[in-house]
Amino acid sequence: MINLTIDNKPIQVPEGTTILKAARMNGIDIPTLCYFELDGMKFENKPGGCRVCVVEVKGRRNLAPACATDCMEGMEVFTHTARVINARKTVVELILSDHPNDCLQCEKNGDCELQSLTKRLGIKEIPFKGEQSHYRKDSTLSVYRDMDKCVMCRRCETMCNKFQTAGALSGVNRGFQAVVAPAFEQNLGDSSCINCGQCVQVCPVGALTLVDNISDVLKAIADPTKKVIVQTAPAVRVALGEEFGMKPGEIVTGKMAAALRRLGFDKVFDTDWSADLTIMEEGTELLQRLGKALKGEKVALPMFTSCCPAWVAFYEKNFPDLLEYPSTAKSPQGMFGAVAKNYLAPKLGVKREDLVVVSIMPCLAKKSERAREELSVNGDPDVNFVLSTRELAHMIRQCNLNLNDMPEEDFDNPLGQSTGAGVIFGATGGVMEAALRTAYEVHTGKTLPRIDFEETRGFQGIKEATIDFDGFPLKIAVAYSLANARILMEQVRNGNPNGYHFIEVMACPGGCIGGAGQPYHHGNSDIIRKRMEATYREDAGKPIRKSHENPDIIAIYKEYYGEPCGHLSHEQLHTHYFDRSDKIESTK
Amino acid sequence: MANIKLSEDKIQVIKDIAKSFNNQAGEVINVLHQVQGKFGYLPAEVQEVVAHELNIPVSRVYGIVSFYSFFTMNPKGEHPIDICLGTACYVRGAEKVLDAFKRALNVEIGKCTPDGKFSLNTLRCVGACGLAPVAMIGDKVYGRLTPDMVPGILAEYNA
Repeated sequence: MINLTIDNKPIQVPEGTTILKAARMNGIDIPTLCYFELDGMKFENKPGGCRVCVVEVKGRRNLAPACATDCMEGMEVFTHTARVINARKTVVELILSDHPNDCLQCEKNGDCELQSLTKRLGIKEIPFKGEQSHYRKDSTLSVYRDMDKCVMCRRCETMCNKFQTAGALSGVNRGFQAVVAPAFEQNLGDSSCINCGQCVQVCPVGALTLVDNISDVLKAIADPTKKVIVQTAPAVRVALGEEFGMKPGEIVTGKMAAALRRLGFDKVFDTDWSADLTIMEEGTELLQRLGKALKGEKVALPMFTSCCPAWVAFYEKNFPDLLEYPSTAKSPQGMFGAVAKNYLAPKLGVKREDLVVVSIMPCLAKKSERAREELSVNGDPDVNFVLSTRELAHMIRQCNLNLNDMPEEDFDNPLGQSTGAGVIFGATGGVMEAALRTAYEVHTGKTLPRIDFEETRGFQGIKEATIDFDGFPLKIAVAYSLANARILMEQVRNGNPNGYHFIEVMACPGGCIGGAGQPYHHGNSDIIRKRMEATYREDAGKPIRKSHENPDIIAIYKEYYGEPCGHLSHEQLHTHYFDRSDKIESTK
Repeated sequence: MANIKLSEDKIQVIKDIAKSFNNQAGEVINVLHQVQGKFGYLPAEVQEVVAHELNIPVSRVYGIVSFYSFFTMNPKGEHPIDICLGTACYVRGAEKVLDAFKRALNVEIGKCTPDGKFSLNTLRCVGACGLAPVAMIGDKVYGRLTPDMVPGILAEYNA
């Protein structure tokens, strides 16, 4: 242990602790801009570039960056001397001198770390005047880039390369021209980007933001010829409250349904319902593949989940040789869209083109998923628009509503009733647990001795377990962050030495609850933890907690689909994947 | 994602160089150095193949190529001319020498003469500050330059 003082407070920390961490552990807040950490989720961005966190160390000539300086025995650190505050102000003033400062119209207004830092330091004018750097604006269907606002914190680069290993973004050029961009400064959409949007979630400023679809939805609602229905993903209800001042982990399912109704949606449905449907299809597919494997037939195992669109894009771009491994089941969003347009539209007496399906998702990749050609019929997409949790909050405010004032209301039926299994889709390990609950009972014909699979829960990046399937040892793995998924995929490519049968992957920290469309967590991983706790609380409180016991799911198979993985469900609820990898072609 | 087209011979050259560094990601700068030595410049397709051979994202390769002034994505002339504009050279009149080269060749910085013979670039310090101002033509260093020496130097290559 090392003894030092920070602001005259004696403290003791383990060797190798940075001044910043030592301060934070002891309740001393040093401002940062580039530094970003997701505690316990293997994500740290520490380029030591912005110099906002400088502190004075007695006996040291220069100010020290707290994020990149280790504590030493006997050190005396001062975090707010006149010299420190002066330096911090100068640093921020210099950053502002090459920043558009159009805060009023900026997507991040009120949520911007540079803005709050400016306020905190009491900067009233920018003494440095001069040229500003300008870059071409660029957008995918999920992510909007305005690099004029970039402060070169490089959080996005770290997220893209270390956490996801997508490798789309890199620091390029030098000096005044330096910027984070895809290779050759090509469009992000032409790069290896998978639209996970985590770059947006960690961007401290408005350089990386989401593609806003609120006006599309308002237009559809206002159109008298359209019937507009909405589905809400599991992770939205445990995070939306944060946008209205509620504590992280508050469950707002009923209030959200009420707000959506008041926004003018004709029907308010639940993606949790189609998550239950996903389990029926995906669980059945798993049992079919296992059955074939046990008979000695050649079949792709392990099976991978396919709910996460960033993950789907990732394996299409990086593992084109393993395209038969993921489940062919569409994501819950995709299934909902297919059921809505094929089954519900005739029931409601509208043509499929006149039924507008809107999704509320914790995710930005879902905006790209919905545009996939195979998820449409004759040019009419199964899901018309995707709004993120943040956009829904904007829309609620725009329409003069306050979530806090909403009554508790239920979803509409028949696509609204869900089980606890559908709820936990929002957290890492949740899809696995939901699938195990159903697959076990369908396979063994017995009731599960315990419904909670603790081994699939929690924030470990890769979780492994062997589940006793009535004598058959089912080997499973669960991963979040595509860097972790890549580790598992490399293993599968090399012959699956661990003998996995089923692997769940979600791209974002902690699963969809840490999605890029969720309220900004600004590196506070406790917020993501609280959302996860809320998810399992919601599950535990549900009267039915297994997808195959959902009466509306049983009913739709009886009335419409026949059986899971049957002919009609294959046509509507399953999909296929494409090789989207880079190809090197040799010419003469 | 892209379809990268490059001639078989060039792909082989890159593969051989990458292999000589055991296809290690950490050797990317050395690999790029040698590849540029062979081709004279590093166009996008070449960077894609380098990334593929070293199993790293092409964005990282481009990040390196665009950062170091030594690397270029523009083709170089048969005799690439680099004028040092480092501090020592600059204060001893490098800019006047640069202007003299520009005038003599009628070419802008970063560009190549129409006949492909000379290209003109600037760099920061070749580590020969004692000889300032310095220019390099190919691998040859010319020191203590003055503008009036430029035509004579170019004549060496115009034989």
